[in-house]
Amino acid sequence: MIKDKLKVREIIAKRVAMELHDGDIVNLGIGIPTLVGNYLPQDVHIFLQSENGILGMGGTPKPGYENKDMNNAGGSPASFLPGAAAFDSATSFGLIRGGHVAATVLGALQVDEEGHLANWMIPGKLIPGMGGAMDLVTGAKKVIVSMTHTKKDGSAKIIPKCTLPLTSIRKIDLIVTEAAVIEVTENGLVLKELGPETSLEEIINTTTAKLIVSDDLKQMPITV
Amino acid sequence: MYKSLNRAIIAIRKKREVENPFGFFMVDKLLKKEEFIGKIFDGAILMIGGFLGDGTPESLIDEIVKAGKKDLTVIANDTAFPGKGIGKLIRAGLVKKAIVSHIGTNPETQKQMIEGSMEVELVPQGTLAEKVRAGGFGLGGILTPTGLGTVVEDDKQRCEIDGKEYLIEPAIKADIALLKAKKADVLGNLTYNLTAQNFNPLMAFAAVTTIAEFEELVPKGGIAPNEVRTPHAVVDFLVRGDCK
Repeated sequence: MIKDKLKVREIIAKRVAMELHDGDIVNLGIGIPTLVGNYLPQDVHIFLQSENGILGMGGTPKPGYENKDMNNAGGSPASFLPGAAAFDSATSFGLIRGGHVAATVLGALQVDEEGHLANWMIPGKLIPGMGGAMDLVTGAKKVIVSMTHTKKDGSAKIIPKCTLPLTSIRKIDLIVTEAAVIEVTENGLVLKELGPETSLEEIINTTTAKLIVSDDLKQMPITV
Repeated sequence: MYKSLNRAIIAIRKKREVENPFGFFMVDKLLKKEEFIGKIFDGAILMIGGFLGDGTPESLIDEIVKAGKKDLTVIANDTAFPGKGIGKLIRAGLVKKAIVSHIGTNPETQKQMIEGSMEVELVPQGTLAEKVRAGGFGLGGILTPTGLGTVVEDDKQRCEIDGKEYLIEPAIKADIALLKAKKADVLGNLTYNLTAQNFNPLMAFAAVTTIAEFEELVPKGGIAPNEVRTPHAVVDFLVRGDCK
């Protein structure tokens, strides 16, 4: 498995980018998901949706071009692409909850065998609040979890049953880590791809959830 | 020549706006800051617009901090950053309870919550927006799939419609809504700027008294009907903001 932090982030972002289609409306979470936009193929143009009321968000504006009323959902300056729309929070979550967002990419603290996701609090330790995560996971057409395969101490994040408070009872669709691509199916978690420089043994050793190894197990088509 | 004429007109308009906004147009709703603070009382339930400070009426918040109005309940998307927007109320220790979707950007909120000096009720962002909207639109609440089977469901009822389950989320209302508008006309019609909209147009309906801080005041007709985002019927008072 690749350990270099920057490479890990790059692998995950590149692989997630391959899941997005031209014309998709996509909501990207904070952290690794934000990087996905940097790795889209040239012929794939997506519309970024942001919880604070944007469809058609662009990247970080050049210094001096910031506008106090043009920010992303993390509170940092953002830009609007030609054709962008700005709206209120009810409309923004109408898009999200109403199933009008093709995909959401977000981080996770834990994912379990049933495809449940926990990503918004660690009781007694970290209580940032759910923000828009619960609505996104409940309403987006496709939920992609992008995260490092294990915690910093090497323990598993893909586990038999989430012990942290769940974000939604809606099952997620896909898990992308630097070491694996795992699809959530009715039968359980199916290991579809191995990351660069990763062996099947390493995946099994760092994943406590039961994995079904796909008959068609591939290498992630990513180079770093 | 046109430029200098234009400049002169703008200067005259600005002066008139300050002294007697638009001459014969009465602006009954226009409050000075000293008058504004008289509308806020200890223990008030406030709805405050803004998303991480963007679209938050900073000048109104400054006045509340100056006057030390306390034991406030704040309904808002978040508590912004330390010392910014709603973060100023948090830092001053004026908030008894916060009903918000996110406090991750303000460690001072988390500290006060852990110490027990402030109560925090976390609500999913989309649910919060709809609870506020319902409150202002005369609805008892909303049905949403968000939060089903999570801690958000605790003490709430479920219902089933067409074989699908939903959580019943009651509407919420406030004593006073504090908004940040880009433009206001003398009647109280409002527009907002880009991502500064967020909760503002929803909260406008949901309080007994709605007060909007504005950047620019224009005469009747100064906002085209198609551009009005919040109709004047729900706006009670207008206050000029300091920051542009």
